[in-house]
Amino acid sequence: MKEKLVVIGAGMASGRLLEHLFEIAPDRFEVTLFNAEPRGNYNRLMLSPVLSGEKTYEQIVTHDDDWYAAHAVDCRFGESIVKIDRSNRIVFSNHGGVPYNKLVIATGSAPFIIPVAGKELPGVVTYRDLEDTNAMIEAGVAGQNAVVIGGGLLGLEAAAGMAARGAKVTVIHLMGHLMERQLDPSAGYLLQRDLEKRGITVHCKGATKAILGKERVEAVLLDDGTIYPADLVCMAVGIRPETRIATDARLEVNRGIVVDDAMRTSDPNIFSLGECVEHDSQLFGLVAPLYDQAKILAKTLLGEEAVFRPVQTATKLKVTGCDLFSAGDFADAPDREDIVFRDPGRGQYKRIVLKDDRIIGVVMYGDTADGNWFYGLMKDQTDVSEMRDTLIFGPAFQGGQKLDPMAAVAALPPEAEICGCNGVCKGKIVDAVLGGATTLDLVRAQTKASSSCGTCTGLVEQVMKATLGDGFVMAKPQGMCKCTDHSHEDVRRLIKAMGLKSIPAVQQELGWTSVGGCYSCRPALNYYLLAEWPLEYKDDRQSRFVNERNHANIQKDGTYSVVPRMWGGVTTPAELRAIADAAEKYNVPMVKVTGGQRIDLLGVRKEDLPQMWADLNEAGLVSGHAYSKGLRTVKTCVGAQFCRFGTQDSTGLGIRLEKLLWGSWTPHKVKLGISGCPRNCAEATCKDVGVICVDSGYQISVAGAAGMELKETEHLASTASEDEAVEIITAFVQLYREHARYLDRPYKWVAKAGLDWVKAQVVDDLENRKALVERFEISQSVYRTDPWAEHAAPDERAKWAPLADLTLEAAE
Amino acid sequence: MTLFIDIGALEDIPVQGARVVKTVEGCVAIFRTSDDRIFALEDRCPHKGGPLSEGIVHGDRVTCPLHNWVFDMNSGEAQGADKGMVRTFAAKVEAGRVFLDAALLKRRSAA
Repeated sequence: MKEKLVVIGAGMASGRLLEHLFEIAPDRFEVTLFNAEPRGNYNRLMLSPVLSGEKTYEQIVTHDDDWYAAHAVDCRFGESIVKIDRSNRIVFSNHGGVPYNKLVIATGSAPFIIPVAGKELPGVVTYRDLEDTNAMIEAGVAGQNAVVIGGGLLGLEAAAGMAARGAKVTVIHLMGHLMERQLDPSAGYLLQRDLEKRGITVHCKGATKAILGKERVEAVLLDDGTIYPADLVCMAVGIRPETRIATDARLEVNRGIVVDDAMRTSDPNIFSLGECVEHDSQLFGLVAPLYDQAKILAKTLLGEEAVFRPVQTATKLKVTGCDLFSAGDFADAPDREDIVFRDPGRGQYKRIVLKDDRIIGVVMYGDTADGNWFYGLMKDQTDVSEMRDTLIFGPAFQGGQKLDPMAAVAALPPEAEICGCNGVCKGKIVDAVLGGATTLDLVRAQTKASSSCGTCTGLVEQVMKATLGDGFVMAKPQGMCKCTDHSHEDVRRLIKAMGLKSIPAVQQELGWTSVGGCYSCRPALNYYLLAEWPLEYKDDRQSRFVNERNHANIQKDGTYSVVPRMWGGVTTPAELRAIADAAEKYNVPMVKVTGGQRIDLLGVRKEDLPQMWADLNEAGLVSGHAYSKGLRTVKTCVGAQFCRFGTQDSTGLGIRLEKLLWGSWTPHKVKLGISGCPRNCAEATCKDVGVICVDSGYQISVAGAAGMELKETEHLASTASEDEAVEIITAFVQLYREHARYLDRPYKWVAKAGLDWVKAQVVDDLENRKALVERFEISQSVYRTDPWAEHAAPDERAKWAPLADLTLEAAE
Repeated sequence: MTLFIDIGALEDIPVQGARVVKTVEGCVAIFRTSDDRIFALEDRCPHKGGPLSEGIVHGDRVTCPLHNWVFDMNSGEAQGADKGMVRTFAAKVEAGRVFLDAALLKRRSAA
């Protein structure tokens, strides 16, 4: 029979413990996992990118439902433990008892709340878990005053995250400089200066006296009388081990739950790990020792001998643009020496603390590339007297090596630590690479290197490159173009999170490196902005590619092609006459029927466009948007009205959809096909959205392609109701508008997002479907209009002709 | 000294856009940057003859609409891996009016 293992707390430490157990002895335990938070294990180190909007919760989940199901873990998320009955070995939640053979307490830590008046006012939050993070996001901090109490790691990440969301942030710190446990005053000053450059106010030596407010928080009062207005106060002064349940069960508890070297508490069947434990009078807050504990406890639970020995760990701050590295002891003392390097202009500072020719502390700010090298020398107690002259310049200057970042990595010994969070050394990564892990994802999966906080990703890639030589191609920069390191997805999220409403605002706030962007990012930004702020953002014509700017397709000789819309491919003699007249009047060299069931007039001169459009408008013809990243055509067959096989009015449905969707801008072009029966004369099953009508109704499929790639559509939904079919298709188009990367056709986007997810959004979740349709309609209230009519207006026409004709003046 | 001829109002050229002036030497594209500088370039990409006046203007660069060649409007030189040169002409803004090198108009008269 399996042993019953009950785990209280689904944090990163217990999650790692379960991974070890399932890996070594998959069938040994029957696991019940309690968690007070209503969710499983996620990467808590990544809450700050969630707060700043650079990542979403889904991206930081470590163990999803499938993982728990695959390992048959009985998940009790959202259930708090109220009691441990040690004599009968049962734990009780408010839903009842669960017996255990072995119990693991991994309750983590709770934020410390400073005991001042007003601490319970609405608007005072802590920063510890997703609830706190969401509370800050939902508070809608843009433009508001936020005060962070505490200038340590967590406090600064909270401050930077809220500043990224547009808050006016003040950090109040009790000590003389920021992060005093990790930084010396000089590095603390550089950090403060960088934060102030980002508009964050820093108040050091500030003791909070009271939080003021009537209904909710209004301001923070300091001992020196300073008052900072505050719509939100985040307390991040520290954490304390969450030990209540252990104390109630009369386990030995000092500051934390006391454990021995094998991670056992004072009860031989109860174990503990993580931020809630105290080992050898020491508490733990960084992730690396917690992962070591998980490794040790896994062995203990499996009956193996194992001893936990904490190692020193290094700290990095996860605030974009503030690079700092700190490890060891850097307090001044008589028997210690310093080597210091300063470059104030570039904001660089490095300090190495030596004792007996060995490094005992490292503080770096600005350029932290050599941090791991110094850290390795420190851990190994290397005698540095030989290289002391050039030590501060890092490994590149030792032994006459060339100034090559790769050389520094190549020079690292196999036992040099690369990933601090997971304790992965260079040798392990090299072994994995030689064993066939040739991509970053594979190395991550096999060694866990760079899978937690991610700051070592570049280093891991360098190790891979040093191992594979030219066989390894470094991941291309994630940036959407060479003007920025932000990916398309980041930019979209930040536009929303930071409330950016113009292209210059995006370029300014997100640190574009070019003046005015480039031909690649400008059209993308224009699209993202108009999709996010349909009513507020004004389309920037000059950021559009020529075809969209001129509402016609440019040809190789500089002339244009003009395609009037034919709704559902249906036309009239009067329309055909108007088209024929226009073709003759403007000497159109070619008239061609297109694949999208309409007529193309090719070879029109630019200056003739407005007048030609005016003529076509007069006959009721509008732009066919044959040039746009938007709705192109809705191809139909004749359907039930004439065809003896037709089951529904496919032509009518096509016209209805085209009249609904036309004019909308999308990440790339969108083409629809509506066939009246499964014979599929409208070729609907290779379109972005296809409908096949059947006797029982409408089969909607999406994500087809018939261009550079050929791909059949995939079934999205079936419905008996034409209205519902229209609603689902509209919601699908809006979901595509909101989520796809610019220039990804729907089939590419669906492949990335997953058809199941798309279905859940637009088919199953009725409320969400309705909301998507509503948002589409809001956007269409602006864009469902004929651009030709706008540009054909008499006072607009001059803009399409040359500014001046000097050939005439010359002749005079 | 360069002689200039008034070809129109600055406001007739869209910001980060261009207008074309027909000359005896062919079409010349008059660009206006976001900080209201003016550049005059031959409206013809040396690659496949694309109309540069229809390109996206970013900073003091313009990208050809046909195949994304990028040109520095100061020198007329193609950027990056592409090699090529576009003729540039003297142009300036004074009191909201745009002036272009009058030689473009004179050559025919002199001939």
